[in-house]
Amino acid sequence: MNNLITIFLAGILTENMVLSKFLGICPFLGVSKKLNTAVSMSLAVIFVMVLSTLVTYPIYANILVPNGLDYLQTIVFILVIAALVQLVEIFFKRFVPPLYRALGIYLPLITTNCAVLGITLLHFTKEYNFVEAIVNALGAGVGFLVAMVLFAGIRSKLETCDIIKPLNGLPITLIAASIVALSFLGFSGLVG
Amino acid sequence: MSSLRQEFSKGLILENPVLRLVLGTCPTLAISTAAINGMGMGVAATLVLLGSNVVISLLRKVIPDRVRIPAYITIIAGFVSIVQMLMKAYLPTLDKALGIYLPLIVVNCIILGRAEGFASKNSVLASAVDAIGMGAGFTAALVSMGIIREFLGAGTFFSLPVTSQFIEPIKVMVLPPGGFFVFGILIAVANSLARRKGRKPVDSLGCHGCAGCEACPAGQSEEGKLNE
Repeated sequence: MNNLITIFLAGILTENMVLSKFLGICPFLGVSKKLNTAVSMSLAVIFVMVLSTLVTYPIYANILVPNGLDYLQTIVFILVIAALVQLVEIFFKRFVPPLYRALGIYLPLITTNCAVLGITLLHFTKEYNFVEAIVNALGAGVGFLVAMVLFAGIRSKLETCDIIKPLNGLPITLIAASIVALSFLGFSGLVG
Repeated sequence: MSSLRQEFSKGLILENPVLRLVLGTCPTLAISTAAINGMGMGVAATLVLLGSNVVISLLRKVIPDRVRIPAYITIIAGFVSIVQMLMKAYLPTLDKALGIYLPLIVVNCIILGRAEGFASKNSVLASAVDAIGMGAGFTAALVSMGIIREFLGAGTFFSLPVTSQFIEPIKVMVLPPGGFFVFGILIAVANSLARRKGRKPVDSLGCHGCAGCEACPAGQSEEGKLNE
């Protein structure tokens, strides 16, 4: 149990997906301008991440490895994730329209998001078991949410700032991200 | 011939995938802790790009329009697996250093972007030249960022000690915050140079080459719909 809490907290604080692993930088910089879109996007990421872990982990451990096909990991994972996201989108559209309206538009974005593929691959480099992998996916997703929400707040402040011309726009956003990442360095050693 | 030269050189400077189009940010930030890693990542991505551009260009009349993105992803993933296996066999240390960022080339926007934006519309030769040019631009950006971060953060140049014996290196530069910082400064420099030449500076993330572009509300109207 302690172990699971450690993995969960590490995913949020010390090994934050965006701020220390640079996964999911595109949505982090692209969709973080408004708080509510940032939150919806993050919820969709959490959902897809946990779901793809639930599906890809057994496929890798029970089908690919016993048959000596583990070199197909990359191809199988990306195709499974793409198909899964498509299915979820269709399912939401048909059966849960309110959820579809809230998260649906973010789903196709997530298919080619390095965060989801990255996390499903990371479970195996860290040799997590199935439960640990799910907790790790959840922790990483929540970590993404935390980073997105924090950064959306900072960006709304940046909008009203008077910034020198060469740094205006993307450069100052990246430097702000650097400062957020720096503050997250302060958590190192806290867990794990 | 001159048009081929143009296809090649545009990737290096005018349309540099990292500094001008702002694509492939994840590997750029993650891998550039050392110049040699940047080089390895750049070469690996170039090989994948070359393979996928050539194959997609060859198949551009065969692949039905509706399933082209999954088809592209499968082709790209195939080449990534080949590069992964080659690297594991011949360059195991580099393979360890690149870690999960090597398989993540599959979802690198540069590669899908070139497949969708160039290889699916152009001849095999032009696509191959475009791939080499874009790959070279990606590699150049990664290596220069790697050199800067390695020099500032570890005081070395391609692992050779330069200032590390007598100046305490700024360690944070090889840590994640340094990645964001150096990248921000580089974009600012590229923007200033572009402005001086009378070109438009980049002011947002270039996600237009991304595979999700068609479905993504951000791609269709410059983040319009998402941020309303």
